[in-house]
Amino acid sequence: MDQAVFTEWHDKNLDDILVECRLLIEDLEFPTLRRWRQAGGKVLGHFQVYCPEEIVHAAGMLPFKIRGASLQPMQADSHLGSYLCSILKTSFELVLSGRIELDMFVAQPICDAARNLAAVWGRNFSYPCEILYLPQNATSNYSIEYLRGEYDRFRQDIELLIDREISTDELCNSLVLFNQNRALLRTLYAIKRETPWLISVDEVYLLLAVGGLIPREEHNDLLQKAIPLIRQRTSTPQNKPRIIFEGGFCEQPPLDLLQSISQVCYVVDDDLFIGLRWILEEVPLNRKDPLYPLAEAYLESSSYSPVQHDLRKPKEKMLLKRIEESAAQGVIIAAPKMCEPALDEQVTYTYALDKTKIPYIVSEFEENMNDFDHLEMQLETFIDNLSFEKGVESDG
Amino acid sequence: MAEQKNSSILGRGNREGSALVRQWFDELNELAENDGQAAYVFVMGSIGEILQVFDIPVVFPEVNALQTAVRRVSHEYLGEAEDYGYSPDSCGYVKADIGIQLREGEYPMGRVPKPALSVHTNACNIYLKWAEIWQRMYDIPIFTMDVPGTRTAGSQSWPGDRKFVNDHKYVTAQVKELFALCEKVSGVQFDIDKLREILGYANRMNQGWKRVLELNQNRPSLFNALTDGTVFLGITNVYRGTEIGAKYFEDLVEEMEYKADEGIGTDCEEKYRLLFVGVPCYPIFRRFNEMFSNWGGTFISSTYLWFASGGNNFGFQYDLNNPIESLAEGILISVRDAMDSMFFQDQVLVKMVDSFQADGIVYHPVKSCRTVSTGLLDNRRAVMAARDIPSLFIESDMVDRRAISEAQLKNRIDAFFEGLASRRERS
Repeated sequence: MDQAVFTEWHDKNLDDILVECRLLIEDLEFPTLRRWRQAGGKVLGHFQVYCPEEIVHAAGMLPFKIRGASLQPMQADSHLGSYLCSILKTSFELVLSGRIELDMFVAQPICDAARNLAAVWGRNFSYPCEILYLPQNATSNYSIEYLRGEYDRFRQDIELLIDREISTDELCNSLVLFNQNRALLRTLYAIKRETPWLISVDEVYLLLAVGGLIPREEHNDLLQKAIPLIRQRTSTPQNKPRIIFEGGFCEQPPLDLLQSISQVCYVVDDDLFIGLRWILEEVPLNRKDPLYPLAEAYLESSSYSPVQHDLRKPKEKMLLKRIEESAAQGVIIAAPKMCEPALDEQVTYTYALDKTKIPYIVSEFEENMNDFDHLEMQLETFIDNLSFEKGVESDG
Repeated sequence: MAEQKNSSILGRGNREGSALVRQWFDELNELAENDGQAAYVFVMGSIGEILQVFDIPVVFPEVNALQTAVRRVSHEYLGEAEDYGYSPDSCGYVKADIGIQLREGEYPMGRVPKPALSVHTNACNIYLKWAEIWQRMYDIPIFTMDVPGTRTAGSQSWPGDRKFVNDHKYVTAQVKELFALCEKVSGVQFDIDKLREILGYANRMNQGWKRVLELNQNRPSLFNALTDGTVFLGITNVYRGTEIGAKYFEDLVEEMEYKADEGIGTDCEEKYRLLFVGVPCYPIFRRFNEMFSNWGGTFISSTYLWFASGGNNFGFQYDLNNPIESLAEGILISVRDAMDSMFFQDQVLVKMVDSFQADGIVYHPVKSCRTVSTGLLDNRRAVMAARDIPSLFIESDMVDRRAISEAQLKNRIDAFFEGLASRRERS
């Protein structure tokens, strides 16, 4: 599609670009989606965490990352059980209320609640709703080949929807585009890690989160404009501790919560929207079989999250690696309320951090929360302790 | 003569089933006392057929956890796991097991052997996390038998379909990889003839289990799917791939066919035939059933008997001439069926309303299990739209008494039966 769907940031300075990004991600009418559809485009909605969006893009569709919303799940509550995380309900509320319209829905069995989504969705909407089975036995000799086949099945289902074949050239072009996107995001995160005073966690989040709402071509343009502007900032380092935020792989914390955190510390790395940054290296182009390297990259050069089971990536070791690589002094181990994978992993993380004597706080959040008093207090005490420890170390 | 047969055959499934499960617990206890080890496996795809080949005893932590609930001590174990750090919102089965592990395996049935390895499917995501916990606790190998499930309602692929091939190859590769791991752990060499023999037993068991479930279409129903069914279910899991298990189910079919021929039902005078959807309320297991049976409500079938048997209800028959490929095919189809019984069960339930002449459906989601419970409300809407059948939606838990309000349950159940009675009067 030639027509851009998100132009509000054009010709603006960095602060105003960030304002436009915030307005977009908080707009419950999802204007970019509407514009895309009004221009005749089809939309594939995929629930967190990872989706091979390249295949969707190659079909000329908009891959739309469903990430819940800050609204009350009035209708969804009569379809879904109690004791569930908020994102599951609010995501379904978005379609039940007509705020978003899709042509296809895909979910991965990331957790016991989310693996029900495709079935629930499919009972209520006539468009294709399916489960994409990403491998949970990452070390089987057949896993890559299996995933390649699963991607091919996914491709064929999309082809049925668009009523044409997706060509190899289209797939390769999409791979190039998404490689560029991930490279730009890596640069953005490198700036945050190396010079955190130039860009805060909430600002990076804004630039990252819009990626799931707009075509990647536009996201790349946005990042290419924003990154040099970030580097031109003249902010100077402040006396804030370097912190990791862990727990944002699926349900997203409120932006105001991230702002509160950024006021007292530098978040030098995180797992927010990790699915958009899942693949860590450039996916090589294989014109004979472009899906194979994409499958290989999912398993062999990827990040980690509590919802992926890979014996080669014990979560606590991956967290320690993240801490080491970003020279962090402490960790906020957060979990969305009722999110079993994150809550279970909190235990693992805390035991590992205790053992290595890395300071941390444990906290729960919900996408709809607007009172952060408790967390702010917890954070202040944590930061005080960190500063004290730092002081003792330097005194000693 | 008829009386003699009556006394020997009636209730045999329950008597022998209970004794066999008791025997299994005792054997595990003895193993634990002698510092023996076992494979920790799960009900939704124990892969017991493979473990039997290598003489590896199996422990079902879900069964141990529910025993703490039935014996009314689960709160002690849950509390210890929560003190260790696990959230009140995490799965109660996992926490009950962690409590058991923290007590060096001590639980109401004796002692649980320590794990030598863990084998789990992806039928429940918590299985993966649970196994990771044991891996950290005991430094043991853990193996995921990853089974791709149904992608969209009604779109299951079958042998011969192009879409089946990739899934089947994936499971076949994993079956072979599990053989290698079991050889390493047990020191026992893979023996294909032994596998054939075990698959033969599993075939007999699968056939029997499928037939027993079908036979309960009889009016009056022949067994209570919630109470008696749980005993039968125990045997499908713990004696899978054994001659004992095969014979048990052949005898059970005989008992049920005899009851059907003689017009003998359950102890409850059947007034209302109910389908159960969800997981039993183990902390008040008998009492829960009585709240229904006191009104003449009998449970004629239960989705629990499908998914918690790992899909053995499908009745898959292994091809003994091609055991490895067929084993992979059976695991794929059966475990997929177990997952379908949780996510895509609405159309099956609609059919069962007719074929089982059901008067009502009881949905029982539980706090602990999001796999089973997340979509039940929506499922209920779909079934109610397709059939004019009353349904009851009650929530509690399978292990955690804190999530169970007995008085509230009773009020809801009483009101449900009053509705059923007035509906019957009107018709």
